[in-house]
Amino acid sequence: MMRWLPEDVSTFGGEIDHLFYIIYYITGAAFILVTVLMVLFLIMYRQREGRRATYTHGNTALEITWTVIPAIVFISLSFMSVSSWGKIKSHAPPSDFELQVTAKQFNWEILYPGPDGKFGTPDDFQTDNDIHVPVNKVIRITLKSRDVIHSFFLPNLRLKQDAVPGRDILVWFEATKPGKYELPCAELCGFGHSGMRGWLFVHAPEEYQKWAQQTWAQKR
Amino acid sequence: MSDSAAITAAHAVHAHHEELGFWRTYVFSTDHKMIGRQFLFLGLFMLVIGGLLAMTMRWELAWPETAVPGLGWIPEPYAYGGIIPPQTYNAFFTMHATIMIFFVVMPIMVGGFGNFLIPLMIGAGDMAFPKLNLLSFWTGLVSGIVMLAGFFVPGGPAASGWTAYAPLSAVATFTGVEWGQHLWIISLIILGASSLMGSINYITTIVNMRAPGMTYFRMPLVIWSLFITAILLLLALPVLTAALAMLLFDRMFGTSFFLPQGGGEPLLWQHLFWFFGHPEVYVLVLPAMGVTSDILSTFSRKPIFGYHAMAFSMIAIAFLSWVVWGHHMFISGMNPLLGTAFMMSAGDAMGRVHSFYRSHAFRSRLRLELSDRRAERHLHGLHAGRYLHPRHLLHRRALPLRRRRHHLRALRRGLLLVSQDVRPDDE
Repeated sequence: MMRWLPEDVSTFGGEIDHLFYIIYYITGAAFILVTVLMVLFLIMYRQREGRRATYTHGNTALEITWTVIPAIVFISLSFMSVSSWGKIKSHAPPSDFELQVTAKQFNWEILYPGPDGKFGTPDDFQTDNDIHVPVNKVIRITLKSRDVIHSFFLPNLRLKQDAVPGRDILVWFEATKPGKYELPCAELCGFGHSGMRGWLFVHAPEEYQKWAQQTWAQKR
Repeated sequence: MSDSAAITAAHAVHAHHEELGFWRTYVFSTDHKMIGRQFLFLGLFMLVIGGLLAMTMRWELAWPETAVPGLGWIPEPYAYGGIIPPQTYNAFFTMHATIMIFFVVMPIMVGGFGNFLIPLMIGAGDMAFPKLNLLSFWTGLVSGIVMLAGFFVPGGPAASGWTAYAPLSAVATFTGVEWGQHLWIISLIILGASSLMGSINYITTIVNMRAPGMTYFRMPLVIWSLFITAILLLLALPVLTAALAMLLFDRMFGTSFFLPQGGGEPLLWQHLFWFFGHPEVYVLVLPAMGVTSDILSTFSRKPIFGYHAMAFSMIAIAFLSWVVWGHHMFISGMNPLLGTAFMMSAGDAMGRVHSFYRSHAFRSRLRLELSDRRAERHLHGLHAGRYLHPRHLLHRRALPLRRRRHHLRALRRGLLLVSQDVRPDDE
C-alpha cells in the first residue's frame, strides 16, 4: 500500500520494514474503526426528544475481550521484535571489513585500517564524513565519540545507533545496492547539529578496489 | 440543623471569607479553588510563551533562514534582523518543550484541576495542608521566573533539549550556554519541590478527607487519575531532582557523574532521566483521561462504562510505567540484552495502555447521546419539580448511593453540589 519509507538497501531492513508496516496497518485499522464508530455513534445516538439514554454500567465480557485481544497482539508483536532485535543488535556477523567512526562536533571521522587491514598502524587512513564501502559485504563499524552523544543514522540501511563518549559501540550492516546514501546525525549535539551530515558511498566490488588503491596511493 | 439555618451559617462563613482582603483572597490565598485558578493562569500565561516559541520554530522550518516577522528586535547574536540562527533555534525548542511540559500541562492539569476539583469532588472542606498548597504555587511561580530568566542571561537559555542529555548539557562549552543551563537546572529543582508539596497534599487529602460514604471506588475517575498522578509525581520527581543536582555539580563544581573523561557515565543521565520521564508521560496524560471519562459520561447521561476496569487500568499503567523507561533508550548504547527485556516490558505495557485507550473509546461511544444547551434545557425541564439533577452529575457506579438510601439525600446535597461552607463540621 503506502511505501513512503526511504529505499531499503540493507540485508536486515526488510525485517524492520515488515514490523513497521504490521504495526502501521494494525494501528491504522484501529484508528479508522474507532473514528468511524465515533462519528456513527455521535449521529445515531444524538439527543432526541423523548428518548432516554440506555442505562448500563458496563459489560465484563466485552471489557475482557477488548483488553485481551490487544494484549495478545502486542505481546506477539514484542516477540517478533525481540527476535529481529537480537539478530541485528546482539549477534554481529564476522567480517574482515572493519571501520572506526568517531563522531565529534560536528563531523564524522572515518578511520580505515589501510592496506594492512590493522588499526593503529601508520598506514591508517582517515577521511571526514564520507564512507566508502563495497556492496554485499558485511561492514563492521566501531562507533566512538569525542565530545557529546551523536547518533549514527543511515536511513536507507535502517541503522541508527548513538555514539556515546567513553564507549566503543559495534554496529554492522550489509548494503545490497550501490549508490550514495545520507548519513545525518540523529541526536541533538549542539548548534551545528543540523549541518552534521555525511555520505555513505556503496560501490561495486571492483570500483571499491579502484577507490581504495587510488586513496592509499594518494596517501603515500 | 434546618436548611435555612444552614444557609444562614453559610452566608456567615462567606462574609467571613470576604474579610480576608485582596491579598489573602487573590494572591496569598490558602483556598484550594483560588490556588487552582492561580495554577491555571500560570499555565495559560506560560502556554502563550511556549506557543510563540513553537511558532517561531515552525516559521524557521517552513522558510529557513528568513526573518520571522516581529522578531527584528532580538539583539545579535541571538537573531540577525529576525533571522533565527541554529543556536537560538536549539534554545527555543529546548525552552518550548520544557515550558510546555513542566509549566503548562503540569500546572493546568495537575495544579489547576487537581486543586480545584479534588476537595469539591470528594467532599472535603479544603486540601489537607492549605498552607503547603499556597507554598506549592508560589514555589512553582518562582521556578517559572527562574526558567524564564534564562532568556535574559548572556549566552541565552538552555539549548540542550528538554531531555538535556549529558554530556551536551554537562559542559558549558558544548552548547556555549553557561548560565542559561544553570538556571534551567535550578528552576526544575525548585519545580520538583513545588510538585512534591502538591502531590503530598493530593495524596493526603484523597486518602484522609473523603466524605463519609465516599469510598475509593466511588470516587469520580478524574479523582482516581489525579490520585495516581500524584503518586507517580511523588516517586518520580526525586529521581529527576537527584539527577539534576548531579548535573549541576558536573557543571559548577567539576564533578564527573556524567563525564567519561572523569570516569563518569553519560548513559546514567539517560537512565535517571527516563526513570522519571516515563512516569511523567502518564502524569501528563492520566488527568486528561480522567477528565474526558467524566465529561463524556456526564453529557451522555450514562454511568461510566466499566468504571472498575478504568480505575484498575490506570493503576496498572502507573505500576508499569516504572519498568519501561528503557524503551526510550533502544539506540542509546545500553546492552542489547537490556534492550530485549525492555522491549518485552514495553510491549506488555503498551498492550495494557492500548486496551485502556480502546476500552475508553468504546465505552464512551456506546449509545452516546450528545448533550448541548438543548439537552441542558431538557434537563432543567425534567427536574423542575423534582430533585433529579444530581443524578446526572453523580454517576451511580462511581457513587452507588442506593445502598445507603437514608444517607442519599443528605449526601447529595451536602457532599458535592452544595458549597463546603454549608457543612459545619468541616473546620
